[in-house]
Amino acid sequence: MDILLLFGQLAWTFFVIGAFTFGGGYAMLSLIQNQVVVEHTWISESVFTDIVAVSQMTPGPIGINSATYVGYEVLQNATGSHFLGICGSLTATLAIMLPSFVIMLLIVRFYEKFKTSTLYAGTMRFVKPVVVGLIGAAAVILILKVTWTGFSPEVTIVTENFPDWKSWLLLASAFAAGYWGKANPLWLIIAGAVLGIILY
Amino acid sequence: MTMEKNVPLWQIFTVFAKIGAFTIGGGYAMIPIIQAELSKRGWISDDELPDIVALSQSAPGVMAVNISIFAGNKLRGFKGSVAATLGSITPSFLIILAIAMFFTAFKDNPWVERAFKGIRPVVISLIAVPMINMARKSCKTWWAWLLAAGSLILVAFLNVSPIYIIICVMVLGFSISCYRLKR
Repeated sequence: MDILLLFGQLAWTFFVIGAFTFGGGYAMLSLIQNQVVVEHTWISESVFTDIVAVSQMTPGPIGINSATYVGYEVLQNATGSHFLGICGSLTATLAIMLPSFVIMLLIVRFYEKFKTSTLYAGTMRFVKPVVVGLIGAAAVILILKVTWTGFSPEVTIVTENFPDWKSWLLLASAFAAGYWGKANPLWLIIAGAVLGIILY
Repeated sequence: MTMEKNVPLWQIFTVFAKIGAFTIGGGYAMIPIIQAELSKRGWISDDELPDIVALSQSAPGVMAVNISIFAGNKLRGFKGSVAATLGSITPSFLIILAIAMFFTAFKDNPWVERAFKGIRPVVISLIAVPMINMARKSCKTWWAWLLAAGSLILVAFLNVSPIYIIICVMVLGFSISCYRLKR
């Protein structure tokens, strides 16, 4: 019974994420993180970071990849069964795509009207900056943990992701290489892995 | 929109599986591959592609999936869109599943642990880079910066759910756009 409930929660969570993601994969990551790490506490920050890394390295869209992975992880952790883990990843993957399906088929139907809709374009001008903020928040949450007791916040560093000064150096150099050097994310992850083995 | 060319469904599936298997990083990385694979077969014309991309971006969800739904639908209607979508996600689904199962068995391996210690900080900058690129494109006014900064603070520091923020800003944006249209 508990397992069925978990499947239901997983399906609903990813359906909602799929419906409210504007701005592609990275925006999706911020919603997945909020729902899965913060709201449901199904997985920890550091496991989520690992999942993002794997989703980046493997082919396919990052948002869908992380849904597949999270679905497996949640059910496998809860039950210890690989089979239920696979069912979990199927559930999350299909649920996250379902809203796109319905909405895209509607859009295709009213293609010409939609294309020229100033109302929609106007609305999106407001949504896009918010998406930028949400992606930024996803990055911040992987660095800082904020806990509130009443009205006083306590800000700590997520030590699983940033255990020492070396990890800050890795962050800064990967950012420089990615932003100014336009380095491919795949190579940056491989470089991170090699440096991790050398440094730690 | 549908042209019912009678392209076999399995062919739609395999072509999109090929696109899915060779797109690393998702989103924009897949556009050139989609273009090569689909226009080669005459499934979409080159001048259609920008429209498809724009629409797929503005709909919720992941662009790659949205493009598959659109193109599949154009070829064989609803069945086509199902075939294309399943095709484009199957390779990554299998790969991720294999890694997830493998990783649970190997994550306590000291080498894997050290590698991931190095990878984790890199991942955060991989999220930050596209964010800044997006900010440069879509935050050109003071109110856009305010919206971006406000939602960052609400989510990261005040633990507000992003979904509520998106709903609020859609209502706000829609109302303001309606108001402007009427004037």
